[in-house]
Amino acid sequence: MKRQMTGAKMVVQALKDQGVDTVFGYPGGAVLPIYDEIFLQNDIRHILVRHEQGAVHAAEGYARSTGKPGVVLVTSGPGATNAVTGLTDALMDSIPLVVLTGQVPTFMIGTDGFQEADTVGITRPCTKHNWLVKDTARLADTIHQAFHVAKSGRPGPVLVDIPKDVQFATAYYVAPAQAKTSHYQPRLKGDQDAIKALVEMIESAERPVFYTGGGVINSGPAASQLLRELVEATGFPITSTLMGLGAYPASGKNWLGMLGMHGLYEANLAMHGCDLMINIGARFDDRITGRLQDFSPNSRKAHIDIDPSSINKVIHVDVPIIGDVGHVLEDVLRLWKAGGRKTNAAALSKWWARIEEWRKVDCLKYRPDQKTIKPQYALQRLEALTKDHPSRYICTEVGQHQMWAAQYLGFDDPNRWMTSGGLGTMGYGFPASIGVQVAHPDALVINVAGEASWLMNMQEMGTAVQYRLPVKQFILNNERLGMVRQWQELLHGERYSHSWSESLPDFVKLAEAFGAKGILCKDPADLDDAIMEMLEYDGPVIFDCLVEKHENCFPMIPSGEPHNKMILGENVDTKNAIKSGGAVLV
Amino acid sequence: MTELKIKKGSSKHSAYDLRDPNAAAEERHTLAVLVENEPGVLARVIGLFSGRGYNIESLTVAEVDHTGHRSRITIVTTGTPAVIDQIKAQLGRIVVVYDVHDLTVEGHAVERELALFKVAGQGNDRIEALRLAEIFRANVVDSTLESFIFEMTGTPGKIDAFAELMRPLGLVEVARTGVAALSRGAE
Repeated sequence: MKRQMTGAKMVVQALKDQGVDTVFGYPGGAVLPIYDEIFLQNDIRHILVRHEQGAVHAAEGYARSTGKPGVVLVTSGPGATNAVTGLTDALMDSIPLVVLTGQVPTFMIGTDGFQEADTVGITRPCTKHNWLVKDTARLADTIHQAFHVAKSGRPGPVLVDIPKDVQFATAYYVAPAQAKTSHYQPRLKGDQDAIKALVEMIESAERPVFYTGGGVINSGPAASQLLRELVEATGFPITSTLMGLGAYPASGKNWLGMLGMHGLYEANLAMHGCDLMINIGARFDDRITGRLQDFSPNSRKAHIDIDPSSINKVIHVDVPIIGDVGHVLEDVLRLWKAGGRKTNAAALSKWWARIEEWRKVDCLKYRPDQKTIKPQYALQRLEALTKDHPSRYICTEVGQHQMWAAQYLGFDDPNRWMTSGGLGTMGYGFPASIGVQVAHPDALVINVAGEASWLMNMQEMGTAVQYRLPVKQFILNNERLGMVRQWQELLHGERYSHSWSESLPDFVKLAEAFGAKGILCKDPADLDDAIMEMLEYDGPVIFDCLVEKHENCFPMIPSGEPHNKMILGENVDTKNAIKSGGAVLV
Repeated sequence: MTELKIKKGSSKHSAYDLRDPNAAAEERHTLAVLVENEPGVLARVIGLFSGRGYNIESLTVAEVDHTGHRSRITIVTTGTPAVIDQIKAQLGRIVVVYDVHDLTVEGHAVERELALFKVAGQGNDRIEALRLAEIFRANVVDSTLESFIFEMTGTPGKIDAFAELMRPLGLVEVARTGVAALSRGAE
């Protein structure tokens, strides 16, 4: 039965029919009719943020931790332009979002009306797709299409721009089942010949490595399970990008740790020295490859990716497989099991022996300190005191703390790690932690932050307190832009141009001003008790952890260098590695 | 920092200076892109080229199927084979793109371009311009005592050649449509 309704009611109805339970948003003139409809119902919960950027990052946190699209509702003009950073972040990290923006009425478009911006023009390059709806009769159908595009293929953010007169006008509502089928149907199954070629390469490989990424997580929990089975069946070592942490458990015996610019020594040298690289849902990002000409020079490479444009974009691969990770891994495993196939066990055990030598380097070693808290130590203690929590979710901001968190915290499940990878958005973590906590009210949600990143979206304390979201803000406070400072030390002659803050707030008082709890900790001896105090408090906490101010994040591949030109911390013993592994360390 | 071997103060380690110095030679390809005829679709295609630093030599667009809301964009672009492949993959993932054909790869396509040339001159130059126009099968579509406008259809190469010949004879202005192209054969 067809029902007539206003465009505003249609928006809310379409969201309900798409199974949306939460919307992150901020009202304004051009979305008032939709806000009125939200007021008149109870099925969809609206979370009022304090800045539109916060709404988009919160929706990203919601989406990453649930696998469902995050939904955002903001007004025209500044509401939409404030959402741009979040949209770009979601596009880079393939996060499904549906962002609804208000627009001036259709008859005012192009007249430089109050709070008018060319939203579809501005967001065209930072969305997977976007629509301006000029006719109420097409509104519901467009919203259903928007969900389809956001979720299908390589996920990403989409935006629907809705002029105010379209919200007021009346038309027939189109339910999802009646909506036009989209021609946009990315292929899920991989080419069978290519999959067969990969299986044969797995059989003969002598020095293989799995290099996995966010695509495994985006493919869903089943893909992570299949990945674990494949690693178990082959016994191959596995490393992951920042985005893919948790797809294979950090406690798993084949785990090498994260790779890349601040990845682990053993992971990067395995990538450099392998003869078969199996890329599953990663995209050869420049933080992973380093200098392209010297990237894993002696390996044959297979690449599983749902996005054809990821194939051969920066690294030429021998066996490209275009398809969904879950579907492809299922086929690989079936073929593997059916043939009674075996890996080259002798070569594999030699390869593992070399990896064990690299592991002995203990690249995450650092010099402990009795007086000041080392950031690495703070994270080790946080890990020790929270890793057994049944539902722990970690968000991060961007910088040194983010890399240390990836190095020192272990993830045994997918969707538990929320971080801004591709875009590297400072200010991402706090609102993301709010989105995660909204989706998982009883979970332990910790945002590992640097003080500078955290201040970029600190207004969201208001949101955390208003909705009683017990998010824990674990701030490693070095009073510096640590990663900028590190690059200035290593590459710019120790000229620390504008990389420290001379006036930081008192974070304890700041927490109290918002009605939250603040904890200050500066003595390593007090750290465990302070962390426990944070964990036991039922409410949002700002944990101001004063750490060593000049600590650098190692290991590090200077950008533009290959994997084997890694630099290590000053306390790492590399003598054995050079002798036994033959790796050239500079 | 005993392990650090980076020269202090060096700024050569830019993360983005990763281009292959031994890059392959550039090729010229004609792409036919079938798109849904909706507002902004051309902006999506052009934005892709400008945003990712690809070349456009020429671009034509018009609706080719009114009932199906389909438009055909014909793009002539240059790039290394890897870049051409990237362009096709990037075009293919635009949601409103139905199909991308590389006419250069799919066989020798028929390529035609329409051009208008305004040539002003008197005496022998004028006679010579008219004579060359006949050889090139260009039509005179406007004529005054001091000028002609020639209309010509042909490959971009033919149009380039004619323009070159007209230049010393008083070529004032050229307008070109860009390339329209179809693959040969029944399909």
